Amino acid sequence: MPNSLTRDYVISARNLTKHYGDFAAVDDISFDVPAGESFGLLGPNGAGKSTTMRMIGGVSQRTSGSLSIMGLDPEQHGPQVRAHLGVVPQQDNLDEELRVRDNLIVYGRYFGLPLSYLKPKADELLEFAQLTEKAKSKVDSLSGGMKRRLTIARSLINEPKILLLDEPTTGLDPQARHILWDRLFRLKESGVTLILTTHYMDEAEQLCDRLVVVDKGKIMAEGSPSQLIREHSTREVLELRFGSERNTTVAAELQGIGDRLEPLPDRVLIYTHDGEAALEQVASRGLHPITSLVRRSSLEDVFLRLTGRSLVD
Amino acid sequence: MTENLTRRSGPSSAQPLTDEDYRITAHNRRFSALYSRNAKAVIARGLRATKSSNWLIMVSGFFEPVLYLISMGVGLGALVGDVVGPGGEPISYAAYIAPALLAVSAMNGAVYDSTWNVFFKMNFAKLYQGMLYTSLGPLDVAIGEIFLALLRGAMYATGFTAVMGMMGLITTPWALLMVPASVLIAFGFASFGMGITSYMKTFQQMDWINFVMLPMFLFSATFYPLSVYPQGIQWFIQALPLWHGVELLRQISVGTFTSATAIHILYYLVMILIGMVLTTSRLRKLFLK
Repeated sequence: MPNSLTRDYVISARNLTKHYGDFAAVDDISFDVPAGESFGLLGPNGAGKSTTMRMIGGVSQRTSGSLSIMGLDPEQHGPQVRAHLGVVPQQDNLDEELRVRDNLIVYGRYFGLPLSYLKPKADELLEFAQLTEKAKSKVDSLSGGMKRRLTIARSLINEPKILLLDEPTTGLDPQARHILWDRLFRLKESGVTLILTTHYMDEAEQLCDRLVVVDKGKIMAEGSPSQLIREHSTREVLELRFGSERNTTVAAELQGIGDRLEPLPDRVLIYTHDGEAALEQVASRGLHPITSLVRRSSLEDVFLRLTGRSLVD
Repeated sequence: MTENLTRRSGPSSAQPLTDEDYRITAHNRRFSALYSRNAKAVIARGLRATKSSNWLIMVSGFFEPVLYLISMGVGLGALVGDVVGPGGEPISYAAYIAPALLAVSAMNGAVYDSTWNVFFKMNFAKLYQGMLYTSLGPLDVAIGEIFLALLRGAMYATGFTAVMGMMGLITTPWALLMVPASVLIAFGFASFGMGITSYMKTFQQMDWINFVMLPMFLFSATFYPLSVYPQGIQWFIQALPLWHGVELLRQISVGTFTSATAIHILYYLVMILIGMVLTTSRLRKLFLK
């Protein structure tokens, strides 16, 4: 057992690679996650985040590299590793043939847990997910947000030590997202290790202690959200809109303002330490944008810098 | 399997996890990567789902062979009259085709459950995707699903045998053995079907299964004796599994047993063995992509 090397990390990936035919979905990535950390994989759709999650769960076979979850290889000890895992997949895969509460109880039975434990646990999780009144409803009568909460409640039925969340708030309204973030914070406080994929930078900033930026199956950067912003972007960003026709042509006339210029189809971004000062310089060159906005740098800017593309295509 | 799941009272009032909680030791049982000895959870799920939603579909499956028996056996049988039974004695045409229809229904049910049903739950309902993210391994899922298919087959066979009894087509208590024999036939097809499904990627490929099943149903001495064919075709039919199922049930229905009976049973035992080896070896391809 590779225990001696990986004792301090609950998840340890070395040169992890997954090919589908000629296509490398995950291309030689390595990372370690200590117990209790909230670790994020940030990247656009198709970056290889979900594939990585599936390999951690032992439901997808890697092409090469090594992977250790709590000291065990999930391919060799899948059932045993997954006994300690909670999984929220990208698409809800609730059991449509079962009612809401039965979804929790039956799922718990898959872990071999006794009914005497599962019945009170299911009620408690329904409360946690604010679905108590829906206990006897059919799954297909639930709203998208309710289904998502039920999926998350279901992932907690075995009191997992590692919770894998694949795009947990995609498709949720802002209020539902904040409720969910609050729940995840509480789990983190209780010492659960969270592994989270997202293409929302605010979510990554809110929830992740540390994250890797992935693109095309490779890790582009690694660090805490603030560290990544500090290293790969400036303090402030000036966003200018000149109208869709003019953005790229105007960019040439903006050269020299700020540290770096990023012309996008819908706007021009100027990276600088002082956004207001940059805006004055723009005006002094006789350029008058339709709208202008000074904001702080975010992970979106980090991603743009690293890959030349925005997160949400 | 769950020895290390320390129970806490809940997410909100939990004791924080310690390093100790994160330590697990490996089991090194045979098949421990694929099997957690918990197929019963898959079976329990199937029973609960049937109870709450799709029992009507189940009942409809029972009627199919009954309708064939009435239309062909009673309707067509009025024109055909008596035919020669397995032991050489004359029996009614309905009594001749009834065990064959039971064998066909055992085959159809098992193939449907192990191919289309598995394909749908895998690719569309995403049911297995959820199951396989728990302690369950693919072998638990496969065993559970095959068991459910056989249970359903046993229920249909019992119902059909009862209908045969009510129609006066049963003359010997041996006929009751058709129920376990049907389960044997179903097991043969189900164990193979799941392995074959692992090679299927699209609906069009799944249709090939029907393309094989329909001729087998029509030509496996179901409605008339094998002797109508030239010798070469007879050998071909005799190599196919359904013919053995039809002949086995036909012999049991009148209580005539010969050395051929043992060959039919042996055929299915070998088929189950090969099917299970195939399915088990394809489990990773089927469930873990």
